[in-house]
Amino acid sequence: MRRTRRLTALALGAVATVALAACGGPSTTGTGSGGGTGGGTGQAADANGVHNPSDATGGTIRMANSGDWDSLDPADTYYAYSWNFVRLYGRSLMMFKSAPGAEGATLVPDLAESPGTANADSTQWTYTLRQGVKFEDGTPVTSKDVKYAVERSLDKTTFPNGPTYFNDYLDLQGYTSPYQDTSPDKLGLTAIDTPDDRTIVFKLSKPFSGFDYFAQLPATIPVPQAKDTGSKYKEHVVSTGPYMFETNDLGKSFAMVRNPNWDQATDPNRKPLPDRIEVALNVNSDDIDNRLLAGDLDVQIEGSGVGPAAQGRILADQNLKASTDNALLARSWFTNVNGEVAPLDNIHCRKAVQFAYDRTGYQRAYGGATGGDIATNLMPPVIPGAEQFDLYPSAGNTGDLDKARDELNQCGQPNGFTTGISYRAERPKEKATAEALQQSLARVGINLEIKPYPLVDYLKLYAGKPDFAKANNLGLIVYGWGADWPDGFGFLSQIVDSRVIRATGGNSNLSVRDPEVDALVDKAVTTADQAAREKAWVDVDRKVMEDAYILPGIWAKGLLYRPSNLTNVFITNGF
Amino acid sequence: MTAPLDVPESTTQTLAPVAGPGAVAGRSPWRIAWVRLRRDKVALGGGIVVILLVLVALFAPLIVKLLGHPPLEFHYEKIDPDLQIPTGPFGGMDSEFLFGAEPVNGRDVFSRVVYGSRISLLIAFLATLLSALLGTVVGVTAGYFGGWVDTLISRIMDVFLAFPILLFAIALAGIIPDQAFGLQGDTLRILLIVFITGFVSWPYIGRIVRGQALALREREFVDAARSMGASTSRILTTEMLPNLFAPILVYTTLLIPTNILFEAALSFLGVGVRPPTPTWGGMISDATRWYQIDPWFMLWPGLAIFVTVLAFNLFGDGLRDALDPRSR
Repeated sequence: MRRTRRLTALALGAVATVALAACGGPSTTGTGSGGGTGGGTGQAADANGVHNPSDATGGTIRMANSGDWDSLDPADTYYAYSWNFVRLYGRSLMMFKSAPGAEGATLVPDLAESPGTANADSTQWTYTLRQGVKFEDGTPVTSKDVKYAVERSLDKTTFPNGPTYFNDYLDLQGYTSPYQDTSPDKLGLTAIDTPDDRTIVFKLSKPFSGFDYFAQLPATIPVPQAKDTGSKYKEHVVSTGPYMFETNDLGKSFAMVRNPNWDQATDPNRKPLPDRIEVALNVNSDDIDNRLLAGDLDVQIEGSGVGPAAQGRILADQNLKASTDNALLARSWFTNVNGEVAPLDNIHCRKAVQFAYDRTGYQRAYGGATGGDIATNLMPPVIPGAEQFDLYPSAGNTGDLDKARDELNQCGQPNGFTTGISYRAERPKEKATAEALQQSLARVGINLEIKPYPLVDYLKLYAGKPDFAKANNLGLIVYGWGADWPDGFGFLSQIVDSRVIRATGGNSNLSVRDPEVDALVDKAVTTADQAAREKAWVDVDRKVMEDAYILPGIWAKGLLYRPSNLTNVFITNGF
Repeated sequence: MTAPLDVPESTTQTLAPVAGPGAVAGRSPWRIAWVRLRRDKVALGGGIVVILLVLVALFAPLIVKLLGHPPLEFHYEKIDPDLQIPTGPFGGMDSEFLFGAEPVNGRDVFSRVVYGSRISLLIAFLATLLSALLGTVVGVTAGYFGGWVDTLISRIMDVFLAFPILLFAIALAGIIPDQAFGLQGDTLRILLIVFITGFVSWPYIGRIVRGQALALREREFVDAARSMGASTSRILTTEMLPNLFAPILVYTTLLIPTNILFEAALSFLGVGVRPPTPTWGGMISDATRWYQIDPWFMLWPGLAIFVTVLAFNLFGDGLRDALDPRSR
């Protein structure tokens, strides 16, 4: 199952460089867009948008996570905050630049010397490794360690959590896992060549022009074969980054100290200032907020922003408010319109829903202007090249009931119709969304029956299983998606391409079934020129909205608090 | 409370009124019980509250029409757009919104509490009725026939009592389909929750009834009936049941608050009746997100559950004292 990624906050070099929000807004200062924007006057940010800049080293940075990592193993992780955090202990071929704002969404070479070079049809990508990079035990890193790392990430039985991009795009020829590999060095995958210790060549089964985004995946972080313990490797990941694990009490806490074999000379991307990083896991989220406000904690790892209680405190206090950023994230909350359920198989009935719902109610369900900006299409504006357009405009975004009734007439349902709406039972915001949609759609006679399902099996057994959704009349499915990385492919490919829909369930595309959209996706994936590619993804977005398969809700924002003892804090668009 | 010193005192108390106005002859046991109940001010108070609650549930639409807003109607104008909680002090309480408004959507908390009483009482009453019926039938059977029938039934009751009831209910309620037995939606869910609740709580009544039946069948009047050739069914219905009525009534009354709490727990956990139908447990569940900045939202449904459960318990206790003076 592809896991919906959460937003991130990341402490980069720690007391030093902390990228506050993973999916960041345009900048940390000023008023930005939307009403509840904080930010600005407390600690001055420098010209680049970095708060409290400093070069002082030493100290401990304290972080807490209200949940737990899916896994610390680079092959087995899919949370955005994890992909951001992993740079502390691992070096992938490429990485997102440690920089504020839009610059943070650009890729820079990390373990590789330079971005990949492609052959003529973008099916073969070559990278050269930097010289002098070592594991924490002093062993030099070679291209074979990278190859081995990618090989093991292909094994979804041992590592079920990670993304499947390499499985989907490498020319595997039946290769499944190094643990099943019969070749003596366990490097039997022919899709990756390592002609020498510093060169690695990826061979794809189909053209893909954005491979540098794959090369930034944690799966390319080198793993020494001799130290690999399969599913137990997460207990002690061998570091290539500036920090290594000192203790690791799975599910409770871990601590990291400086890695003596990391060399600043090999690493232009990181500026590790603190000496030590302590992370507490499974901490009550209200407790995290209170400790952040009290100065007992430096970073909330998820970067999803403070909870409603702390938000109430912060918004009521100008001083606290000045120490916050209300940043847009590369995440959208929306509702799928299921064309397999009559009468929503008729495009006019879907358009009636688009015109009838009250977008402000959707925004309120997610906490009002502080929780997000009203979305009019799919791609969040922080994704490079994203365009904002509105095919179903209404005054004040509260819905155009005349147009909705007109569409209902064209659909042959002049009096409206009844359908179901599902949401994840454990998510109060999704419940509020379902109730708000029920209220606003009732204005034109569209009646919704509300059906909650358990979060854990929502995609596997219920709303994400096409025959279940159809049989249970789930015409609307409350859902949301965060970009795997800030790029059209990273956001859209898994939620609009009908070819990724599996009858067995566990889907992330819950409703978009249009061959024309698939064709537009193929065009975007194979477009080599970056500007043209970004434009192609906007075309995908527009086509999905024309089909009315998705009801845009909000582009999420988080209210992120900056404790005053934290230096070099900024919002990045990278995660 | 149960100090030995109390015994003679309470005995004299209960005996005195019966013996006192002895001039009035031939008072039935029920009349005696009513006299005792009427003197118990606390129980009477509980009883009055229970009757009021039933009236509130029955006339919910009228009450809400007069004093509130439709329970599903949104009132965004009551909500602070930044904080998502009601504007004004005390969770938005004023003359229009007696109990304030719900965060995010501004629904009238008063109306939702009033309507919530319908689900709570309906489910609790029906479930208790079911468990009383099951418990009586099974309990009398076990107690009267004795022997291996009793052993078997008693062990089954032990199994039920040892059951992790809440987990069982969550598992069952979680897999309720949308349509079954020709029913659908809330009707189906309410009936299934009634069935689950009643089905897991019948042994409480069953055990009491079994014990009473076991004692009764050794009594002379039962022996007499048996020796005169009365059929088993006649003995059960005319000799045993009337004598079992008092304990059944008492424990049924005491089971109702337990079932109200059980329903609230199911709603709180999100496996009860589906939103947006208001339930007390569901409202408390919603309120947990807001208790730090809007505690008033949690107050009212919590108070409703508290008052209801307390009233039923006080009334049930009083009823027990009145019907069975020896139990004091």
